[in-house]
This record gives sequence, C-alpha cells and structure tokens, in this order.
Amino acid sequence: MNRFSYLRAGSIEEAVKAAAADASARFIAGGTNLVDLMKYNVERPTRLIDITRLPLNTIEETESGGLRLGAMTTNDDVAHDALVRSRYPLLASAILAGASPQLRNAATTGGNLLQRTRCYYFYDTATPCNKREPGTGCPATFGRNRIHAILGTSDHCIATHPSDMCVALAALEAVIHVAGPDGERTIPISEFHRLPGDRPEIDTTLQHGEIITAVELPRTDFGVHHTYLKLRDRLSYAFALVSVAAALRMDGNTIAEARLALGGVAHKPWRDPDAEAMLRGHPASAELFAGVADHILREAKGFEDNAFKIDLARRGIVRALSQAAAGTPQSQTDKRIR
Amino acid sequence: MSEIQNHPSPALDKVPVTLTVNGKTRTVEVLPWTVLLDLLRDHLGLTGTKKGCDHGQCGACTVLIDGKRMNSCMALAVMKDGASITTIEGLAVDGELHPLQQAFIDHDAFQCGYCTPGQICSGVALIQEGRARTRDEIREWMSGNICRCGAYTNIVDAIEQVLGSTTEAAQ
Repeated sequence: MNRFSYLRAGSIEEAVKAAAADASARFIAGGTNLVDLMKYNVERPTRLIDITRLPLNTIEETESGGLRLGAMTTNDDVAHDALVRSRYPLLASAILAGASPQLRNAATTGGNLLQRTRCYYFYDTATPCNKREPGTGCPATFGRNRIHAILGTSDHCIATHPSDMCVALAALEAVIHVAGPDGERTIPISEFHRLPGDRPEIDTTLQHGEIITAVELPRTDFGVHHTYLKLRDRLSYAFALVSVAAALRMDGNTIAEARLALGGVAHKPWRDPDAEAMLRGHPASAELFAGVADHILREAKGFEDNAFKIDLARRGIVRALSQAAAGTPQSQTDKRIR
Repeated sequence: MSEIQNHPSPALDKVPVTLTVNGKTRTVEVLPWTVLLDLLRDHLGLTGTKKGCDHGQCGACTVLIDGKRMNSCMALAVMKDGASITTIEGLAVDGELHPLQQAFIDHDAFQCGYCTPGQICSGVALIQEGRARTRDEIREWMSGNICRCGAYTNIVDAIEQVLGSTTEAAQ
C-alpha cells in the first residue's frame, strides 16, 4: 500500500472541502473495495478522508412515503431493517445475495454504489487497461472474458459493474443524494453509473469532491411480486455471471406495473424501459416473458468466453419474471432454483 | 477532528490508536496504512488471528469489531480507534473454552487449522446473530470463511451442535 495522510472528517462540509482541495484524495468508509485496490496498487490515494463518523447512518421514512438510507448504513443494516424488509424485500434479497457476512458488516450503502469492476485486467497492474490507465488498451476483448459484459460494451472496455445492491436500486428507481463543493443535488440511479464509451476510466457521474449522503427509495408497491435471481459459478460468495431483479405489481394475473434490471451483463445495472412497457397490461405467461427477454438481449454481443451469458440471461429473465409473477421470490439460503 | 500531516512527502508519523482488545484497553502507535490484522499480530503479539489472502476473500482474519464479524485485513486500524475487538484469544473465559471451540474439537472440524480461528470467530458471530438455523443456512452464513482442507462438513456439525444447545437452553 502506498503512503497516505489520514483525516477523520468531523462534518460533511469538512470532508467535501478536504476532498476538493486534493485531486488524489479519496473518501473511505467500509474500505472493502478501496483498501483491496490499494493493496494491489490500483488505487494510490495521497490522502484518505474517513467519513465513517459522519451522522449518515440512519434509515428514515420520507414525507412522500419512501425510505431514506443514510450513506453510512452498512449492507447488513439495510438488509435486516424491518421497513426495508417489508416494503423493499427485493433490496434486502439482493444485498444478501452479495459478498459475505463479514463484508456486509463493513460495506456501506454509499460505498456499494462506488464499487469498481472486478475485471482481472483492471486489477492486474502488469497488464494494460483503459479503465486503470486510459489509452493503454483492453486485453479483455481478446483475452479471458468469462465474467465480462454482453450489453453496452465499447471497443475500449467490456467490464461489468459488480454490485447486487445496485441492480435492485435500479429496479426500484432509487435517487442518490450527494453533497459537493457547489451544494447538494440528486441523481437518479439510472444516471449515476455510466456506460464505458471512450472514457471507461469514469464509472459514475459523481464529481470529485462530491460525497454520497443518502439513497432515497421512492414509494412503491413491490412487496409481494419480486425476486432477485443471481446466477454464478458457486452458490455463495461469488460475483454474478448474470443477475435479474424483477418487481411486478399484479392485478390478478395481469401485470399492472413492471420493473426489471440486470446485473453482471454491463458496465451499469441494465434496464430497458421498452421491455417493461411490453409487460404492462398483459397476463403473465412464459411466452410473454421469452419475448421480453429476446427484446432486452436483441443487441447483446458475446466474446470468446462469455457468449453463454446471452442464453443464461434469457433464461434468467424468464425464470425471474415467473418467480415474481407467482410471488415466490428466490431464497438466498436455499439456492435451488424453482 | 484529528489530522496527520504527512503529505506530500509522508513521513513515518505514527498515529495513536486506542482499542479494547479482549477486554483490555490498549493504545498503540501505528502508521495510517496499518490494517487491524497487522496491529493485532505485529503490535500486540496476538498471532491467533491469521493472514490468509489479505484481500477479504478467505475469512482467516475474521475478528469481532464492536460485536460484529469483519475481515481485519480490510480494516485500517486508525479508522477503528475506540472500538472493542474480540479475537480468538478472547473467547475462552478463565481457561474454559468457548462452547464453539470445544465443539470444533469434538467434531474434528479442522485439518491444518490455519482457517480455524477465523472460522470460530465467524461461527460465534453467526450464533449471536441468530439468523441461521438449518444446515443450508449455516453454510450460507459461513460462506465468508474458506477452508482449503475441506473440513466444511465437520465445521457445520460443530456449529449445529452449539446452535442446538443454545436453542435448548433458550426453551
């Protein structure tokens, strides 16, 4: 690990000011990703600003009937919060599908949003990587790419976003609250993460010096018909090859409202509003779900090792929508897929 | 606010960190990039906690921080100033093993033993959390602890034994 100076921030203002003054400063909270990247010399901050003592660790109801998750709440706090479990069980399920109990006790809501890709080449400083060192090239396009993206890739980067939590947040249309040198603003989750394009080194639309203060969950009615289906190489403690967050509001057997987001397939949680529109107003059926899956994957592009993900995603979408429609969400302890 | 001025040419300026480790309050001076695992092993001589992968993947370094299990290899010691830490050395009371330590012996729940301190600390937390009951649930909630000898079946047996007696005691 490189040497760095350490500041324990006493207020949001102090944290923002200190970060804004130093282009290579980083905020640190759970540290489960940043410390790892520092040990690999991928991240080399000159200054760490500890934000764990800021008063951002509450879960509160909003005036409009939603929930506001403080950025310093841990993954474990959120997954076991009574209000989250009753109103947003999809989010609790997605969080419990990720990482390990130890990591979920440390990792925070804000930090989860800022996780960096687990692409092997991004982590390996002996290889080129456009995300780590812009302009050096992307070995993943012609190298080992089993875990890589099939949607929204560019010639410069085919990395995926690793989070499970963010896939559920995308389906729930969460809003990210941030504070920065120019004041406070909100960013819809759909505009928070970005596709790689020709600037794969930029993961999000957050600006340097801006700090995530909270994640707001709008009021929704997806407490019954939902599922988080995560498909991976081992049953627990592995990143998704493909994951599907599905949330439906049913009127009898007719889909009144639908949300669908995919993980493990793109540089950001993948949503397709047209596909969701195809579901609205129609009776739930395997044929409808297959058509929706084909639509979502119409421009999917596989590489040498990951072309299997296209069919895996198609089957995963159909299975997840079937689970959600039936009101039988995937268990995160009994992993048999029904 | 506390600030360590060692930038742009960071000097070897140490930071005082006060921790309550296994019930004893200790203050140690460490460099800001010292992780809790290294503080425990190298500064306090508590070598029961093991360094496996050093990247939060294997769980060998699991300790309880303010009662919650975490990977001590991923926690900067300076950020844990004021915390209460329990390591494998702190589980026995007056020379009597923690029930889960005894259960690991009863069930031969290890082979080389390197992952065992982390497995036991993680298992103790699992029992306190009260979320796992079935064997499937124990496996899921222990998935952050890797055993390369493959003693998993006996580890689950050991935890199940203590969970069973805990359940009986509560009834």
